[in-house]
Amino acid sequence: MSGPIHIRPDETFTLNVGPQHPATHGVLRVKMEMDGEYIVKAETVLGYIHRMHELMGENRTYPQVLPNLSRLDYLGALGYTHGHVLVIERAAGIEVPERAEYIRAITVELNRIASHLFWFGAFVMDLGGFTPLMYAIQDREHILDLLEAVTGSRLTYCYYRFGGLYNDVDDDFIAATKAVIPMLRKSLKKYDALVTGNIIFMKRLEGIGPISAEMCRKYGATGPVARGAGIDFDVRKNEPYSVYPEFDFDVPVYHECDSLARYKVRMDEMEQSLRIIEQGIEKLPDGPIMPKKKPKLIKPPKGDYYQAVETARGSFGIRIVSDGTKNAYRFKLRSPTYSNMSLFDEACEGMMIMDALAMMGSLDLVIPEIDR
Amino acid sequence: MSLTILNAVIAVVAAIAFAAINAAYLVWAERRGAGRIQRRPGPNVNGPFGLLQPPCDGIKLMAKQLMIPGGADKALFMVAPVLAMAPAIMSFVTIPFSDTIVAHSMNIGVLMIFAFASMGAMAILLAGWGSRSKYAVMASVRAVSQNISYEIPMLITVITIVMMTGTMNLAEMVASQTGGIWHWNIVPSLSSPLMPVSFLLFFICALAETNRAPFDLGEAESELVAGFHTEYGSMGFGLFFMGEYANIVIGASLITILFLGGWGCPLGLYPGVWWFLLKIYLLIFSFIWIRWTFPRTTIYGLLNLSWKILIPISLFNLLLTAGLLKVF
Repeated sequence: MSGPIHIRPDETFTLNVGPQHPATHGVLRVKMEMDGEYIVKAETVLGYIHRMHELMGENRTYPQVLPNLSRLDYLGALGYTHGHVLVIERAAGIEVPERAEYIRAITVELNRIASHLFWFGAFVMDLGGFTPLMYAIQDREHILDLLEAVTGSRLTYCYYRFGGLYNDVDDDFIAATKAVIPMLRKSLKKYDALVTGNIIFMKRLEGIGPISAEMCRKYGATGPVARGAGIDFDVRKNEPYSVYPEFDFDVPVYHECDSLARYKVRMDEMEQSLRIIEQGIEKLPDGPIMPKKKPKLIKPPKGDYYQAVETARGSFGIRIVSDGTKNAYRFKLRSPTYSNMSLFDEACEGMMIMDALAMMGSLDLVIPEIDR
Repeated sequence: MSLTILNAVIAVVAAIAFAAINAAYLVWAERRGAGRIQRRPGPNVNGPFGLLQPPCDGIKLMAKQLMIPGGADKALFMVAPVLAMAPAIMSFVTIPFSDTIVAHSMNIGVLMIFAFASMGAMAILLAGWGSRSKYAVMASVRAVSQNISYEIPMLITVITIVMMTGTMNLAEMVASQTGGIWHWNIVPSLSSPLMPVSFLLFFICALAETNRAPFDLGEAESELVAGFHTEYGSMGFGLFFMGEYANIVIGASLITILFLGGWGCPLGLYPGVWWFLLKIYLLIFSFIWIRWTFPRTTIYGLLNLSWKILIPISLFNLLLTAGLLKVF
């Protein structure tokens, strides 16, 4: 550099947050126009980890696509495969045994808790507290062990089949799950005592990062983000699927619209998921896990099918347009994080960078799920 | 003459060695402590209890290539780490570890330590400016505003203590507190009823001055990558690291001398350097404990805390103590 540099008082500069940045938890890039510590304008740049899952869904047969679905969201993968099997089962008219549905609900909820636990740790780490991550990961480990025992994998599950499951659960799994529930309850109380009441933590979240209900509707945000803005919407309650109507659980809703509300929603959701698991284990019927009659080749009749499920991050929709062949004509995924992320640009305008990144943490981003 | 030069050399070498060994082994202690707090082992492979980890880290850092980013101001970039480390070592010169172990007892010991501590902010500013990285500049501006605003309540508290003890010589300050825990400055007396508050205030300021969590805004890794030392690798980074830990030792020593009776025993028995070391390492442990327990504050929360809470309290305490000293 040579020559004098003239700096105007109103000069802004561009800050590239990402694609390699510790706050974005993946390859997300946010171009921020900064005025000192304040964000004037932000622009999210996506596409660094795009893998064309939708195109793959059109080029492969339905069972071949099944493992792809668990590669969207590596933290709550079961919810996504659940959506896929549900839509194909409805399209192809496959009956699912009740036992299979119950086991699906139990495993999905376990996976949801695992995902929220990881989010909890990563979120507090975004705020500068490293220790809760270690505690959360240790608790998550118990759940992963449980899921590994039945599904055979720890992260990218391919456990559900069209019509049922790959593998039945045994008594050991039931006993281990029963043992894990009180342990997790205790941990959740501990997290509450350790983190939620902390004055620094409260000051960083209370009233910071407002995302109003109006903004949620505008961008289609769902899940804990919308429930933290006072929108009482949970696909499990509002458009029930699987065996969720059989369960007694609440949908935590907070009206404060700030980062703390979104944090509280997720913390309460873990407790509700524990309740669902408890009831599921109690009600778990005997019987087969795969239907007796199942077509050899999955060929849904011509039509347009859509199924939404509530994953850990929000409402995940999967739309399949079938032309009657063994491949989908159109395979469309509506991923919740994509919608949740898109409101970030508007929401962070005028915020300080550290508050904006705390808000980004409260959105619970999983980048491969945004890019698909 | 030659004896005094020899003495000076011994003192300087001892100070550097003490600072360097402390820096190296505090990193080990921090990592082990963090491991204990986080229910994981921490470094435990190299040597017994991982005690050989610091030399390994040192060799690794020294063996690395010193990269200077393109467009960086080379001179400032090279000077900054040295400037971070040197004042920290200089401050050790006046710190009395016991009534005999002190490199050079000065009548303005407190002033000298604060003068050198202020230079640490300079090093951070130069590092941020010299490395030509937006993250580094933002972080260094944060760190400097933080250092400036926390020096004020810290100095006001020191003035309170100077008024009480009537000296700025650190050894004399300790001497005025001999004879057991009830003579220490932390214990409230008739003339200074707010001393525990002052201690807490000074402790918070010491955390902030050394850029420790929860006030580590200069190196907030979730926002500013690695803060002011983003572009530093090799021994440049190593010097910043050593400077930080040396500053922690100085902060803990100052707290011990000003409030906790220096090398005196709580019961007035066997005063000596061991009590001093015990006290500073207990304080350093509490620093580590706090770091791994609390999340980070915001920059405005931090400045508000200093200007709206700490400075008024310290000023009030100063006035109160001044008034009561006149009365009693």
